[in-house]
Amino acid sequence: MVCPVSASKPPLARFEHVSLSFETPNGVLKVLDDVSYEISEGEFVSIIGPSGCGKTTMMNMLAGFQKPTAGSVTFDGAPILGPGPERGVIFQDYGVFPWLTVKDNIAFGLKLKANHVSIKEHNDICAHYLALMGLSDFANSYPKHLSGGMRQRLAIARAYAVKPKFLLMDEPFGALDAQTRLNMQNLLLQVLGAEGKTVMLITHSVDEAIYLSSRIIVVTARPARIKRIIDVAFPYPRQEAIQELAEFGEIRKIVRELVMSEYQAQQAQGSVRFSE
Amino acid sequence: MTKRLGVSRRVLLGFVPWIGVVAVWYGIRASGYINLSLIPAPHQVAAKFVELVLHEGLLFDVYASARRVLLGVVMGILAAVPVGFLLGWYRSARTLADPMINFFRALPPIALIPLVIVYFGVDETAKLVILFYAAFFSGVIVMYEGVSQITPLYIRVARTLGADEFEIFRKVIIPLTLPHILTALRVALGVTWATLVASELIAAQRGLGAMIQNASTYFLLDTIYVGIICIGCVALVMDTGLRWLSAHLLAWQERTTA
Repeated sequence: MVCPVSASKPPLARFEHVSLSFETPNGVLKVLDDVSYEISEGEFVSIIGPSGCGKTTMMNMLAGFQKPTAGSVTFDGAPILGPGPERGVIFQDYGVFPWLTVKDNIAFGLKLKANHVSIKEHNDICAHYLALMGLSDFANSYPKHLSGGMRQRLAIARAYAVKPKFLLMDEPFGALDAQTRLNMQNLLLQVLGAEGKTVMLITHSVDEAIYLSSRIIVVTARPARIKRIIDVAFPYPRQEAIQELAEFGEIRKIVRELVMSEYQAQQAQGSVRFSE
Repeated sequence: MTKRLGVSRRVLLGFVPWIGVVAVWYGIRASGYINLSLIPAPHQVAAKFVELVLHEGLLFDVYASARRVLLGVVMGILAAVPVGFLLGWYRSARTLADPMINFFRALPPIALIPLVIVYFGVDETAKLVILFYAAFFSGVIVMYEGVSQITPLYIRVARTLGADEFEIFRKVIIPLTLPHILTALRVALGVTWATLVASELIAAQRGLGAMIQNASTYFLLDTIYVGIICIGCVALVMDTGLRWLSAHLLAWQERTTA
């Protein structure tokens, strides 16, 4: 397999020996255990593993919502102190603001002081993302009139509008039906082709991980450790047809086995593992 | 939007049950089971209404009562919004204040009247204190129940987009709090009207509650009916106004603000 083109660029996000544990009445709960990896600019990295294993915790650390108990998480060479507009987040349950129209949702970030966007640019940026996400006809509608897929597109448009260097997505398509999900994946690839963002995607879907990513990180059942990192060498832009290729099938088999063995490990240990 | 009826249609439909009420009212009189002098007929009440408007200054009583209610509600809610917000937002504040709020909320404002007279006299102030009390405690509960249910997701989203603390307050927390303020206003308005008659027990010269009490002294049943109907009508008008306001300010909400 060919290495991704971006391998030569400096790492944008870096996990160094990151651990996280909580004190609970039943003992110490270890969530992350000595996790180290780097994500370079232009990469699309998927994190896959059993549910409740700590995938979202990694995302929260990069987003700036959680600090590790040991090790360090850095972005652009600096430790992460809190959330910031250079790291866009797409939440599992969209988080579109119900009290704002579609257009005002996209404009929300543009109007914030931190992003230094001149008022003249607002309309152009909004119009651009409304068109890109197929929401132009709904610019003045409230989110209550949107379907799940449209809300997700709106959340992505809103995150993109402030031009983050890095996009964090936490199971963004989990709540969508199969067809909408595929459409969203294609749209995401198309947008990434046009805008070129570095992405970390948390997912349960092996096919989604392979179809979208340049690298897949398989993590173990709790506490999360890195089980294997797999390069996915299909060049971008990708077409749906690659899912039919033998090579895609091979990767799918490898990833699925890795993930399945961790699901079984999780079943065996119960949902929570404590250590004294 | 399929279920929306025309405004005139809805007003008409809302009117129908009242025709029924008047019919039943006449029916009870016609049934012969009740002493007619105990139930004035609807047309007698209507005649009394006209008489009171023309000769007794009924509209001034309406004004005096509506003014008291509005002042009580506005002052009560002005105090309830920040207090309810703090209690809803900070869990520790809630733990601290919850038993006290519920203690005072459980007290019927009427029970406080003797004390209010002792401390605030029998003037307008005393009546407003009672109404403020009623509005404040009903409003505080609604506010803090509502605010404590605001999901932190939107605040997280705003943070990741680059919002600072002030921007989060102005652009996320205020819009999310507004529905609860409006609900608190509606609830407080209802409770305050209910307390009005009691507050006008305190040596009130004018006002619908005072009118009802004076009439009861002289067994003027038709005047009592006029007073009751006036209270209901003014309360209905105020509530309709608030609902209209809510519908316009909260057009974004999933559920229609009934």
